[in-house]
Amino acid sequence: MIDVKDLSKSFGGHLVLDGISEHISLGEKVVVIGPSGSGKSTFLRCLDLLEVPTKGTITFEGTVITDPKVKIDKVRQQMGMVFQHFNLFPNMTIRKNITLAPVQTKLMSQEEADHVAQVLLQRVDLADKADSYPSQLSGGQKQRIAIVRALAMRPKVMLFDEPTSALDPEMVGEVLDVMKELAQEGMTMVVVTHEMGFAREVASRVLFMDGGRILEQEAPQTFFARPQHPRTQLFLSKVL
Amino acid sequence: MTFIEKFTLIFTNAKYLDSMLTGLRMTLAISVGASVLGLVLGTIVALVGLAKSKNPLMKLPKLVCAVYVTVVRGTPMALQLFIMAFVVLAIRGFPLVVTAIIAFGVNSGAYVSENIRAGILSVDIGQTEAGRSLGLSAGATMRYIVIPQAIKNVIPSIGNELIALIKETSIVSMIGMYDLTAAAKNVGSGQNLANYLAPMTVAALFYLVIVYVLTFVIKQIERRLRQSDRR
Repeated sequence: MIDVKDLSKSFGGHLVLDGISEHISLGEKVVVIGPSGSGKSTFLRCLDLLEVPTKGTITFEGTVITDPKVKIDKVRQQMGMVFQHFNLFPNMTIRKNITLAPVQTKLMSQEEADHVAQVLLQRVDLADKADSYPSQLSGGQKQRIAIVRALAMRPKVMLFDEPTSALDPEMVGEVLDVMKELAQEGMTMVVVTHEMGFAREVASRVLFMDGGRILEQEAPQTFFARPQHPRTQLFLSKVL
Repeated sequence: MTFIEKFTLIFTNAKYLDSMLTGLRMTLAISVGASVLGLVLGTIVALVGLAKSKNPLMKLPKLVCAVYVTVVRGTPMALQLFIMAFVVLAIRGFPLVVTAIIAFGVNSGAYVSENIRAGILSVDIGQTEAGRSLGLSAGATMRYIVIPQAIKNVIPSIGNELIALIKETSIVSMIGMYDLTAAAKNVGSGQNLANYLAPMTVAALFYLVIVYVLTFVIKQIERRLRQSDRR
């Protein structure tokens, strides 16, 4: 589904991603972990070209999206992104937050989008918040809305950039529950996170990144039980 | 005659009152015209300056806008007014009021563009990323997400700019125009009231009322725009 070849990214002279090649198949739940500054967020953001790679190619469903001639808006309409800081639109109601993109991209009519928003909001138990503004919600509620907003575009893959890192500990669970449900429904997911419990439970594959490279990857049982690389062992010994 | 009597006379004597109101109308005409021109010009210049197009055809407009802002902000308003009246628009029969509107509008546009630019940059980059990640185009993201939030941020500074503009129009008598300040001077002169304090006070009150009303209107707009911030 997503094929990454020799992906590099530098900011100024600083090399953040160092020649990553990786394949993500339909239905996979890939969890990316690693220390701060390891390049895991940059890797995720490159997948929908929020960061433009310095070198390498990314292919999504047969389209080479790193080609400057590709209509990137059309590609992004098929990929959902959830941010650490939610990035809800504060000047719009929750309903408008969810329906803006589907309507503006002509994916749905306003009525259709309103209906989709209602159904999705019920799914995350926030149907009563449709007419509220983001500032009236808690962090956990905001992130659930952000997930719903991405889902309203009916994406083929969901990208999560540390979705629980900015939340109060109490609210982490409610967001992870939504993500787990999504995983059970078969959504293809790439998740950058520090939630090892989530990785263990949901991941079909865990990637460990450091210094802009993927140092190790395994199914979660093996990964957490018998990490091979010394850097992985050190990292896991500190976080587990 | 006491001050109070002279003050009252300006409002009761038809000639004096007419004089003051003629000046007031001119001040309002220049202020309104220049404000509209300044806002339009400032918005265009700000958007051109912020456009991240890779198109080399955008280089020239970007350069023109940068030079415009630098020159206008770096030279005195009175000098710009002279250049407009005695050089650029020194055309026989060209209405002076239009000259003044253009001079002040062009001046105001430079400041407004900087305010708008700052306002757009003050919107968190995450908002743009969220819009683009949903597949919205750069234009749609700007229009539906960034600009509505930027407007809220720039209203106070635009208000300041408009207030400054209104008061700055008082220099138009330097090119022989009859505005509120010129009227006050005329009414106070030897052939008329032979006293400057009363007409100057009246003119000051007129300016004060205009600015006060404008401030009130801006406050109302701000209040309405802040409604989504309520908790």
